[in-house]
Amino acid sequence: MKLALLASLRKARAAGRPVVVLTRLSDGHQCLWPDEALPGTLAEAAQAALDSDRTANIESEGEAWFVQPHNPPLRLVIVGAVHVAQALAPMAAGMGFAVTIVDPRRAFATEERFTGVALNHDWPDEAMVALAPDTRTAIVTLTHDPKLDDPALDVALKSPAFYVGALGSRRTHAKRVDRLKELGHGDAAIARIAAPVGLDIGAVTAPEIALSIMAQVVARRRGK
Amino acid sequence: MTEDMLETAAAWAEAGEQVAIATVVETWGSSPRPAGSMLVVTASGRMAGSVSGGCIEGAVAEVAQETMRTGQPQLLDFGISDERAWEVGLACGGKLKVFVEKLA
Repeated sequence: MKLALLASLRKARAAGRPVVVLTRLSDGHQCLWPDEALPGTLAEAAQAALDSDRTANIESEGEAWFVQPHNPPLRLVIVGAVHVAQALAPMAAGMGFAVTIVDPRRAFATEERFTGVALNHDWPDEAMVALAPDTRTAIVTLTHDPKLDDPALDVALKSPAFYVGALGSRRTHAKRVDRLKELGHGDAAIARIAAPVGLDIGAVTAPEIALSIMAQVVARRRGK
Repeated sequence: MTEDMLETAAAWAEAGEQVAIATVVETWGSSPRPAGSMLVVTASGRMAGSVSGGCIEGAVAEVAQETMRTGQPQLLDFGISDERAWEVGLACGGKLKVFVEKLA
């Protein structure tokens, strides 16, 4: 790989711009798409690799090419700068997620409690609309406070986020479901919410709960 | 710990190291690491990432040293039908191709 290509690739990734590296396996010649215009077959393969988020091996004019997509990182939006969030944020970052913590309570969402994590102090509905969750976004609400969780879930359920989880017992969730239905959400939308949140591993401590949530996010992401 | 080997490669190159990148480009059967997985190697012997469960990293690192000397990229085949793979012990029974290139 040429240093110049690596520099362009890192720049694109830092800017959150999806790009594809195509490598001709016979001699190592590489192209960065779409920065560099490519003939039809290669450009189509590059677009397909981005869409599926999978590498591909293709043949073009008798040459074998390796096609590697570089999509922007998956995102995890955590609503509630609580104890579990402190365990969850670094765990998610380690798995390549770009993490944002949403909590208007400035006493909780502090740089000291969340060193190096993006903090958003807006009201959750405004914050969520601005963050515009897409198919590569996971959302989990942890505040336990309907005033904060509900507006976030309202926006989350209108988005194509691949994961929506909400902390709270079955009873808490039953009440939450009633409130979300009043906001106009149907059964299909409600069914998207993972609640009680996380895989059932008998988690008790904050790091254990974070682990169960993260495991569920990964499972959903991998289609399990 | 990060999965981002390209950042590691860039950081090592910026620190004045000679760097080679090995990338899994194709797998068959039960390979532990998917296509796109990377192993970054320096001439001084540093290593980060992986292209298998640890079975072939040593062999790939050797080729990486050669690639750093010659500048010639190489496409390596590892599989159970490959005698060399038996030597380095790809015990999982999978097959994979690894592309090794110099960062220059």
